Amino acid sequence: MHLVTKAAMGLALIALAACNNPSKNGANGVVDPGGAFGDGAISQGSINDPNSPAYFSATVGDTVHFVVDQSTLTDEARSILSGQAQWLNAHQNYAAIVEGHADEQGTREYNLALGARRASAVQEYLISQGVSGARLRTVSYGKERPLAVCSSEECYSKNRRAVTVISLGAGS
Amino acid sequence: MVRWILAAVAALMMTTGLAAAQQGPLHIEIDEGVIEPLPYALPTFINEGAGGLTSDITRVIAADLSGTGLFREIPESAHIQRFASFETPVSYPDWQAINAQALITGSVGLSGGKVVVKFRLFDIYSGAQLGDGQQLAASPQSWRRLAHKVADVIYARITGESGYFDSRVVFVSESGPKDKRQKRLAVMDYDGANISYLTDSSTIVLAPRFAPQGDRILFTTFETGFPRIKMMNVGNAAGQLLPETPGTMTFSPRFSRDGGSVIYSLEQNGNTDLYRMSVSGGGAERLTNSPAIETAPDFSPDGSRVVFESDRSGTQQIYVMPASGGEPVRISFGEGRYGTPVWSPRGDLIAFTKQAGGRFFIGVMRTDGSEERLLTASFLDEGPTWSPNGRVIMFTRESPGAAGGAKLYTVDISGRNLKAIEGVGGASDPSWGPLLP
Repeated sequence: MHLVTKAAMGLALIALAACNNPSKNGANGVVDPGGAFGDGAISQGSINDPNSPAYFSATVGDTVHFVVDQSTLTDEARSILSGQAQWLNAHQNYAAIVEGHADEQGTREYNLALGARRASAVQEYLISQGVSGARLRTVSYGKERPLAVCSSEECYSKNRRAVTVISLGAGS
Repeated sequence: MVRWILAAVAALMMTTGLAAAQQGPLHIEIDEGVIEPLPYALPTFINEGAGGLTSDITRVIAADLSGTGLFREIPESAHIQRFASFETPVSYPDWQAINAQALITGSVGLSGGKVVVKFRLFDIYSGAQLGDGQQLAASPQSWRRLAHKVADVIYARITGESGYFDSRVVFVSESGPKDKRQKRLAVMDYDGANISYLTDSSTIVLAPRFAPQGDRILFTTFETGFPRIKMMNVGNAAGQLLPETPGTMTFSPRFSRDGGSVIYSLEQNGNTDLYRMSVSGGGAERLTNSPAIETAPDFSPDGSRVVFESDRSGTQQIYVMPASGGEPVRISFGEGRYGTPVWSPRGDLIAFTKQAGGRFFIGVMRTDGSEERLLTASFLDEGPTWSPNGRVIMFTRESPGAAGGAKLYTVDISGRNLKAIEGVGGASDPSWGPLLP
């Protein structure tokens, strides 16, 4: 179940260079070795191709944000997730892992559980919009993979997030 | 792993006149809170063919004793009496003159490929030896353990409590920038020496926990791409993932006091509860069932109760329940959020992480939640672990900002003697193992 070919990896580098935003990898380029969904945490294809993962990341938007210590979806988050669901419903050959993250203002275990709550809230919303649960998995990174590294609300608000990372494959 | 070759705590009756250990006034009652450290003299041990190890061992003993904050070394330059041999009689007036209350003498030799340390403790005011002389032997590479053993004996004789120097700590070694932090499992001596690594940095590892017996550790690893609990043998770093229900996340493990079972958090559909399973396999038993987050469990020393954190009240708070599950009782009621509770090995206190007013604190409270005392405060302190004798707490302190990093610190349960463990580099999530045999 290896989902990303070497050719696709080449495209991924181009796409990343083009948008110059490696943070779109959710886990910041950290691959999940041996993960159930393979090492698919790489955006691929042209940002201008509506069928490409790069388009999903950059245009549809792969990230939603949360308020402090909450996993409730904001109106803005629901809007982004509706777009994600539409895209996933139109591209049945993709599966997704929803990664939940927390800012550093919390203890390690609690933040893992909080990230899981956030990822689950996103998963439930995508399912409510018609995406099959069999195509979705969740994982929490807690406070282990911040996007922004300052220690103020400006960065914390970016780190309290859930990222939908897609990859080729039916999911199960 | 270092092996204790000859656990010869064979107390030699090296004294001539003293038939029984004399209990003089040389005593520290730790509970009373030690303001003025007890002055002691530790002349460099007599070199009986051990070369540089002689002074190395002497200095580690001094570092152990002075590092507690309970003792203060009188520098050797101030000593009046000089010992020509281990059997030279003590001239008490010479030590009284420099206000030493305790005197430790010793020798280091080599015999049959082993390092042999002999030592005696003297109560200067009583003018008598305290306890018997002792002899310890170990392989040369275990010389630091020899020194820790000597310091543990001296600590125990003066305080009446067991020591904690000959012990190890498992932790997460951290390197790299904050947004791409690399984490490796590592073990070290309690003082930061003898670091060895149990995993490479290819995957995130979190929150290792020593078995009470010190032979195994539990930790959380992302090696499958998802948080899973792994059990590892400390001796050979061989590990195995614990069984798991597909589609769940498991983390925050802790051994039962007999080392035979594991209590941990399991997340399913966004909800995290506490479960327990035997380390030898078999099914998982669910201990809590609430829509809140239940995590960071730890057992009471007698194994009958579990302390954990839950946000069922709306914020993280500390609860205690029977080890088999049942109705939890909330014990934390102060301002702010409380997490990561750990039960003291003495059974009397629970240490915790507190968050209030944008700062983090390490504190202790009685097991019913009374008498809360905060021991530290900083931008981010978390994850306390107890020394084997319940007198010292080690924890993670992280500094803020893009260049921020984590270090290990210790603090006495009196709140005194806060200090970083140097020479370890970036480090987090300590778990203090038992006193070694």
